[in-house]
Parts: sequence; C-alpha cells; structure tokens
Amino acid sequence: MAAATGGGGAVGAALRDASIAGLIALGLSIFMIGLRTEATAGGLTIATRWPAVALVGVVVFGGRLLMNLFVWQSAQRATARAARPAKATRSVPWLGKAFGIAMLALAVALPVLLPQLMPDKNRYVLDLGILVLTYVMLGWGLNIVVGLAGLLDLGYVAFYAVGAYSYALLALNFDLSFWACLPLAGLLAATWGVVLGFPVLRLRGDYLAIVTLAFGEIIRVVLLNWFTVTGGPDGLSRIPRPSFFGLEFDRSDAGFAAFFGLEFSPMHRIVFLYYLILALAMLTFVVTNRLRRLPVGRAWEALREDEIACRSLGLNTTTTKLSAFSIGAMFGGFAGAFFATRQGFISPESFTFIESAVILAIVVLGGLGSQIGVVIAALVMIGGFEVFRNLEEYRMLVFGVSMVLIMIWKPRGLISRRVPTVFLKERKAIDASMVAQGEGH
Amino acid sequence: MEYFLQQLINGITLGSIYGLIAIGYTMVYGIIGMINFAHGDVFMVGSFISLIVFVALGLSAASGIGSVALGILAALLVSMLLTSVWGWTIERIAYRPLRGSFRLAPLITAIGMSIVLQNFVQISQGARVKPLEPLVSGGYAIMGTGASLVQVSNMQILIVVVTVVLMIGFTMLISKTSLGRAQRACEQDRRMAALLGIDVDRTISLTFVMGAALAAVAGTMFVLYYGVIDFFIGFVAGVKAFTAAVLGGIGSLPGAMLGGLLIGLIETFWSGYFTVEYKDVAAFSILAIVLIFMPSGLLGRPEIEKV
Repeated sequence: MAAATGGGGAVGAALRDASIAGLIALGLSIFMIGLRTEATAGGLTIATRWPAVALVGVVVFGGRLLMNLFVWQSAQRATARAARPAKATRSVPWLGKAFGIAMLALAVALPVLLPQLMPDKNRYVLDLGILVLTYVMLGWGLNIVVGLAGLLDLGYVAFYAVGAYSYALLALNFDLSFWACLPLAGLLAATWGVVLGFPVLRLRGDYLAIVTLAFGEIIRVVLLNWFTVTGGPDGLSRIPRPSFFGLEFDRSDAGFAAFFGLEFSPMHRIVFLYYLILALAMLTFVVTNRLRRLPVGRAWEALREDEIACRSLGLNTTTTKLSAFSIGAMFGGFAGAFFATRQGFISPESFTFIESAVILAIVVLGGLGSQIGVVIAALVMIGGFEVFRNLEEYRMLVFGVSMVLIMIWKPRGLISRRVPTVFLKERKAIDASMVAQGEGH
Repeated sequence: MEYFLQQLINGITLGSIYGLIAIGYTMVYGIIGMINFAHGDVFMVGSFISLIVFVALGLSAASGIGSVALGILAALLVSMLLTSVWGWTIERIAYRPLRGSFRLAPLITAIGMSIVLQNFVQISQGARVKPLEPLVSGGYAIMGTGASLVQVSNMQILIVVVTVVLMIGFTMLISKTSLGRAQRACEQDRRMAALLGIDVDRTISLTFVMGAALAAVAGTMFVLYYGVIDFFIGFVAGVKAFTAAVLGGIGSLPGAMLGGLLIGLIETFWSGYFTVEYKDVAAFSILAIVLIFMPSGLLGRPEIEKV
C-alpha cells in the first residue's frame, strides 16, 4: 500500500503520525490511569498503574499506525468517491415497507416463538423486548418533535416522567384502573407540553434545546423534593399492575388464568405487557403516519424546512409548533404510564437527563424523521447495551463510544434516505442532507 | 445586612467558577455554533488531575504557606496542560470529522463524549467521592461579631483573584494577539477567514484548548473550595455554566462572566433566603424568563434573520 503511494515517505509520515498519537495517549492517561487516588484511613493515597499507561500508549500507537498504513490510505479514495454529487437514485419503496412488516410480524410472533426456541431465556428476552419497544415508542414520540417539526427537545424525559407520575398518583390516590388512567396520563403530559411549550417556542434552535433541558431538570428536581405528593427520592411504590379487561393476573379464582382455564403462570403478565407496549407503539406509529398526511403534519414539515416561508404563507407557527410539542408529549406520557405499571415502582432516578439523551440519540442515530431508523437504532443501542451486560462497569463506556463512532460513520443516521410526504409527479427518495432537521427555526 | 453581605461573597465565589467554565462554552459556540456538552466533563477531568497532583505532592494544610502556594501553582499548570490535551483530543476525535455536517450530529457526539468521559473517570479513578483536606484555610472578618460575622476566607480571595487575573489576561489574548484576531475572524465568517490565510482548523483547536485550560482552573478551584469531587460533578456544573453562557448572551465573553456571576448569586441567595432544594429550579427559571423576554441574552448580539 505504502509502496504504491510513494515509498518510504508515506511510511515515515505514518510512523510520525502514530508516534504523535501515542504520545498524546500517554499524556492523556499518565494521570488519569497511571495514578489512582484511593481513599484510606489517613486521607487519599496514590496507587500507580504504569503498565496500563504503557499499554494504552502502545495500543494507540499500533492502532494508529495500522489505520494509517492500511485503512485511511484507501479511505482517501473513498472520500474522493463521496465528493462526487450523489445521484438521485430511484427509491425502492417496497423495501422499507417489507422490512417494517417483517419486523412487525417478528414482534407479534415473538412471545409465541420464544418458548419453543429458547425456553430457559424466555422471560429475559421478553423483558428486553418490552424495554426495546418502550424506547421505540419514545423514539417515535420524540421523532414528531425533532424529526418532523424540527424542534430540538432535550427534555423529553419530562413528559415521560409526567405520564408515569400521573398514572401512579391517579391509581394510588383515586383507585382508577390503568385503562382509565392511560388517556388521562397522555392528556396531562400533553397539557404540560402546552404549558412548557407556550413560552419557549418563540426561541430558536439551541436556545430551545437548553430551555427544554432546563425544564426537564426542573420537573425532576420538583419530583425529588415534593415529598408529600411524590415521595421524594423514595419514589412511589406498589403501583397497581394492569388488568386484562378487569381480570387480574393472579392466582385467584377471578384471575386471568382461572377465567380462561389456564394454569397460572407469571409469564402471562409479561406477555400481556409485551403486547400492550407493542400496541401502544403501533398506535404512535399509525397516528404519526396519518398525521403526516393531514394539513397539520404537512405544516410541521414545512415549518422544519423554512419558518419564514411558512409565516409568509399564513401558517400559524405557534399553534403548529405547539401541536407537535404536545402530541409528542402525549406519546411520552403514554409510555410513562406504561413504564409505571410495568415497574410497579417509580422514582426520579429513572428520569434523568441521560434518558433524554438516550432517546434523542436513538432518534438521531436512526436517521431523523425515519421511523424504521428509530426501530433499528433502538435495537442496536438498547439491545447492544444488554449484550454487553457482562462487561458491567465498561458498559456505559462502550455505549458512549459507539454513540460517537456511529455518528462519525453515518452523521445523517443509519437510514439516511427520505421519501417526502408531498411530491410532484414522481415519488423518489432524496438524501437526508437535503432535509433540514432539528434546526429549530 | 451581614447575612446579605456574606451571601454576596459566597455567590461571587461560586459565580467565578461558573464563569470560568462558561467561557469554554461560549467560545466554542461562538466559533462553530455547537453546544459542547462534554465541556462540563472536561472541567471534571481538570479537577481530578489537580486532585491527583495535590495528593502526589503530599500537600496538607501543615505544609507551610510557601509549599502550599507552590503546590497550587504546580497543580494549576499541570492540570491546565493536561486538560488542554483532553480538550484538543475530544475536538479532534469527535467534532472535527463532523464539521460541516448537519447541526445535530456534533451535539450527539458531544453527549456521547460526555458519557465516555464520566465512565472513563468512574472506571479509572473509582466511583466513590474523593475528599481532599482543606489546603488553604483562614480568612478575614470584615464586619460584625458572633452569629452575624461576615468573613471572607483566603480560599475565596484566591478564587476571585485568580479569576480576575485570568479574565484580564484572557481578554488581552483575545483582543490584542494575532491568535485572538484569528479567533474573532473565524467567529464572524469562517470561510472568509480561511480565504485570508487563517488556519481555521488550528484556530478551532486552540479555542478548545483555551476553553479546556480555563475549565481546568475552575476544576482546581472547585476541588480546593469544596474539598470533595466525584466523576459526576461535571454534569451539574456544566449545565449551570451553559445556562450562565446563555444568560449572558452566548458568544459574548464578558456575557459569560456576567452570566456566571448572576447564576452563582441567584443560586446562593435562593439557598440562603428560601430553600436549598429548589436552587436549581430558581437558576433555570431565571434562564427561561430571560430567554423569553431577551432571546439573545443580556449582552449577546441580536440575531438577524436572513431570508
């Protein structure tokens, strides 16, 4: 490779570059890895770990050298390829649809297939499926705000929290059933969306982002400190589990198993919860898709592309933004109510900024505005996170690193083709770089 | 009155630390228009490096004033140097490949970097809080006696003096040197600056280096003032400092300092007169109110809409 591009000069440059990288890695790790402060009886002491530092230096040097010699040389040619204007390829409209239908079929069949395929891991996989579906639903909800309306919301978890606490408080204090609380939780979350959204939607772009982040934190701090209502850091426990149209999932004679003449199994509830979140997620999907075809949905996408043009054409930007914000919030509220009934216990711990960041990462990594992309990203991020479970403390580190790497690899997200909702004569996909997203005009 | 004065002194001290971090946010935002979410964690790394220097030197309050002063100076220099390397590396790895890409991409890598830094420090230095015995003690009583005593501690004097000195030096750097001119030029128009022969990549890298160095100073002061740090301090401090930068008008250096002071004062007075628990709510509410009525912050340039 080096010989082809100019002999020793390239190798020398690669060596020099790798040495610099190795030295920087040494500089970064010499204190943070090499010296570890340990709390002992007499105050802090230092433990040294020089071999680890040397290892980091050598690994970075070697890795950089190999990348320089073998990967980035060819990558330069790839860059030249990419620099050519992208062709407007004819889209394959059935591909995304077929994939979506296959995923849905798999999701529906999963609880039936699992006991046959892996009986010992049945419960674990279903729990994971519930978790992934919850994030898919949250991702689809946030997608309305960020992907369709183009408003960057860093405090989405606030609505998730409102939904969860609404359900928990209504169920605990007024003895309402899950099915009565679910719409109320969504309604309350949507109301909060309007209340928070009304003052801040005049802001643009990053200002909006930081104020939504602030509101997310405010809601968390209030939940943490309003002991009399929310239980403070202890949270709320013994939240009622959902029932199957009035049939509880218990051993009693009036329970679900007895009613259908089945043998009691704790799996019934898990399977029911799984189908419940699947149904809720599909509701989000269908409603979003229908809304996109309504005037309000078109207004969202127009607003995302150019706010000034929208205003010139007589669109009321405030109500358009508010509707996106509150509908997104409503789905967050539904997901929150589901979360509360699934866990049976909620505390402010579950609603930190990192949750908002993870949801946003799923939406952006999937490709803003792409609903299939959200599914893939949720599977990769949340499923992958579980795969690395045995790495324990390294798990979050791997999560962060993969977030950075996927973004550098595909800045526009995994699915970076868009099919516009409105088109002239011919339906064709365009590159995502032609679409304004999350700019928050 | 005495109580008020005491809170004022505490608030200014806290505000100085926020201001130093806020400058990093505001400079990066000014030049490449992105929220550097990892900056709070760079501050945390800086405070850890200082802590390690203090422990490695074996400093304690009994070491005598001369060696403590030298130790603090050494910690400041080492921490500024190494934290700058961290800042530079983060820009190189996570932000530069995405320059010119769409706006949300670097925001996501910044959040990713923030997660990486927090967990890296948690693994390499342990999750438990690190206590450091106070190195700078003593102070002066200004007025009052007994319960209504108003004092200013030596540590507070140190923080304010270091901040003021750095601010003066930094303002000179930005307004007088060629680096500062290049930085301001890139802020106004990156493409034009490149056409005029300014190395834009280098200027942006140096912006990150300067921001990280100031964050390292803030981290050193933080560990000396509070005496206890852990891997998570970066998030709250970062959000507050960013709030400060936005409050002062993002992109404006005096604005960042003013915003930092205001956030520090609001937080201290709220804790002093109302409830400690809701001090963050107060700071964030002020932010929301200011932004709603003055969308470009206190000292920011008004945004011009180009059609």
